[in-house]
Amino acid sequence: MIALLKKYEGLWLFVHSPAAIVAAMVAVLIFLGAVFAPWVALVNPYDLSSFSLFDGLLPPAWQDGSNPKYLLGTDDQGRDMISSILYGARLSLVIGLSALTIAAILGVGLGLAAGYYGGRFDAVVMRIADVQLALPAILTALLIDGIARGILPAAIQQDLRVAVLTLAIALSLWVNFARTARASTFVQMNKEYVQAAIMMGQRPTRVMFVHILPNILGPLLVILTVDLASAILLEATLSFLGIGLPADSPSLGTLIRIGMQFLLSGEWWILWIPTLFLVALVVSINILGDFLRDIFNPRLR
Amino acid sequence: MLTIKDLAVKFPSRFGDFTAIEDVDMEIKPGEIHGLVGESGAGKSTVGAAVIGLLQSPGYVAKGSLRLGETDLRTLTPEQAHKVRGDRISMIFQDPQTSLNPLMTIEDQLIETIQAHSDVTEAAARQRAVDLLEEIGIKDAATRIKAYPHQFSGGMRQRVVIALAISTDPELIIADEPTTALDVAVQSQVLSLIQRLAKERQISFMLITHDIGVIAQVADRVTVMRKGRVMETGDTAQVLGAPEHPYTQALMDAVPPLDRKLERFRVPEANDASSSLGELAENWLLEGQQQAPTGLSLRNLSVQFSGPRTSLFRKPAPYVALDDVTLDIKPGSIMGLVGESGSGKSTLAKAITGLVTPSSGTMMLGDTALPFGKSRSRLHPSRQLVQMVFQDPYSSLNSRHRIGDILAEPLWFYGFVKDADEREKLAASMLSLVGMQPDAITKYPHQFSGGQRQRIAVARALLARPRFLICDEPTSALDVSIQAEILNLLKDLQNKFGLTILFISHNLAVVRQMADDTAVLRNGKIEEVGETHSVYTAPQAAYTKSLLSLTPVMPTSWAVET
Repeated sequence: MIALLKKYEGLWLFVHSPAAIVAAMVAVLIFLGAVFAPWVALVNPYDLSSFSLFDGLLPPAWQDGSNPKYLLGTDDQGRDMISSILYGARLSLVIGLSALTIAAILGVGLGLAAGYYGGRFDAVVMRIADVQLALPAILTALLIDGIARGILPAAIQQDLRVAVLTLAIALSLWVNFARTARASTFVQMNKEYVQAAIMMGQRPTRVMFVHILPNILGPLLVILTVDLASAILLEATLSFLGIGLPADSPSLGTLIRIGMQFLLSGEWWILWIPTLFLVALVVSINILGDFLRDIFNPRLR
Repeated sequence: MLTIKDLAVKFPSRFGDFTAIEDVDMEIKPGEIHGLVGESGAGKSTVGAAVIGLLQSPGYVAKGSLRLGETDLRTLTPEQAHKVRGDRISMIFQDPQTSLNPLMTIEDQLIETIQAHSDVTEAAARQRAVDLLEEIGIKDAATRIKAYPHQFSGGMRQRVVIALAISTDPELIIADEPTTALDVAVQSQVLSLIQRLAKERQISFMLITHDIGVIAQVADRVTVMRKGRVMETGDTAQVLGAPEHPYTQALMDAVPPLDRKLERFRVPEANDASSSLGELAENWLLEGQQQAPTGLSLRNLSVQFSGPRTSLFRKPAPYVALDDVTLDIKPGSIMGLVGESGSGKSTLAKAITGLVTPSSGTMMLGDTALPFGKSRSRLHPSRQLVQMVFQDPYSSLNSRHRIGDILAEPLWFYGFVKDADEREKLAASMLSLVGMQPDAITKYPHQFSGGQRQRIAVARALLARPRFLICDEPTSALDVSIQAEILNLLKDLQNKFGLTILFISHNLAVVRQMADDTAVLRNGKIEEVGETHSVYTAPQAAYTKSLLSLTPVMPTSWAVET
């Protein structure tokens, strides 16, 4: 064990960092719950026959008038809060992860190429990135949403809401990847191993992806975790504002929006429980991201 | 004066305390320049840091005594220690770029230091600052003192650092590699300034350096360290002239002399058990030798970079990196290229390899013309025939790739060996040819030392079956004993395989050992080319003469000195 810890410095630091362990546990628990939601959840919030209006507005188990079947209570439709949250987290994570994948591929590809070729290509890519940064994510989402409504037939619009939302989030996140990849590539370009590969006459794509990419993975991994949190938050924001998903397929943001209506009428749990859940998820992912950054940047230790 | 007895410094780590230095004894008298020499990791800088009380946390002095005159440096409170630093002990660092505050004028920095240590008015402090600068040889000090550090050259900046160090009249100055970042001309000025200060002001110097030539030139006494322990200490002439300890002897054998050429360096022979495994690679290289040795000739080659833009509408004036260079490298010979930093040595290498585009001239490799820069196609034959060994072995190997993959890449890329297992076998054999264990192919670059990495870099270059090898400062990042091994290796390989080598170095003594012909480069112009022996013994150009006279030399006979 000691030998293993010696070999993997990161593992050693992990074992000695309570914050990282707790964050990892919370994140893993939520991930598992979301992945296995159909098996662990009491009711399926998308299936109208699995819940009943008579169970509506039940408080959490520790309050008077609760039903022990629903540990964290139910909403006005009679849906179990835990089930809604698990299904909501599932949707949020799917959207967040796919948006992140698109953003990473787009951003890293463009950033690598910009750093490798430099000059005019670099200037064009970075100016596009600047323009993207100047547009708030919500504006980008509205824009894409508007375009989608304009050109897509009404019949499939509802089905494509998830895709539209994913694309909107991806477009507002790729800039981080592109900038980081470009800056790290610039540093690597001056390294002699890259010059050796160029001298040999290797293809630019091979130099970029086989030689440079493995050496800039560290900072990119950090961006990946930090941006996962942003992607989830962005989805929640958009859904909360009603640009995102409709009420019948609730993500975390939609749940919070629904809960808002009950904030002042005594049914606090419908708002607070999904909110706290979202906070726990985002904070634990952020702590893990910070931890990763410490591992990859020894100077900050 | 300064007495160190039985000093040990430890660094706690999570796997027990790491002993950085142990059993170190040393004594420095007033006005003495005491050289502290050793290879990287010997603990030289740790000794200096322990004396001035600036050990990097969490290091601590575990035992031993440190006395400056009557003061016991170990028992001082933090306030007292702070007072001793500066008042009685000063420090000069390696890099004059970073030891001065770039946002303060020289004047402000000097006045600040003087006022921090003595209770004088600002006017008096200023007067003293001007006097100091004049004393260390800065002309027109009263006006130049208003300048910012970036307006001074590297050598001037190091003088200002020295002025700061002596501004408080210390008894002892610790100079940690004070001339390593400087060119020879500037180095010799700084060294003679140190000598003068030691003599006139009776300041003691602890001169920490890896350069034995520097020690030989200025130090009165010398202490040789290795792996945290003192190997030998005594008068410079005695320690360097008639070393007693085997380590010191080996060290002296590895120092390249400036005044004569050695056939080989005497280095402890590595175990030859694996050398038979190198046969495969050796035969493979010889088999690829149908082509006769290939020379290179450069005609009127110029390289220009665009200079800094001063106006939005005017084209910036070009910066000339190479100016009308004409050079013939004979087939199968080694051409040495020497010059100070910024003289264009590396630019020349980059122009040959196609990383930099010359603005005019021609380059001929054997009978074929080399296209410039980007116009050279990816599959041009020169990309295989010309290979390069880089300066920094820490960045020339991709740290994320296995050694086996790094070495097999040229075999795969140039289509020499189609079968992956065969490539691996040949790579392993090549490793033993350059004196490494063949099982290294499964490891990663960070598992090897600088010298081993440089051997791997040489192996990679050879696996392209080159006819022309460019070595750009291949040993300047290495310790002197490792340097001797690598130079021996390059000589052997050149003899065996008839390579043509362009050997670039700022170190005149190293080039003397390696090169058949030598070219001297200055500001992008060739000052002198000729057969190495005649360039070194009867230099024609004034610049070559001054370079040779400024390079620290080991006296051939120490007896004459003492």
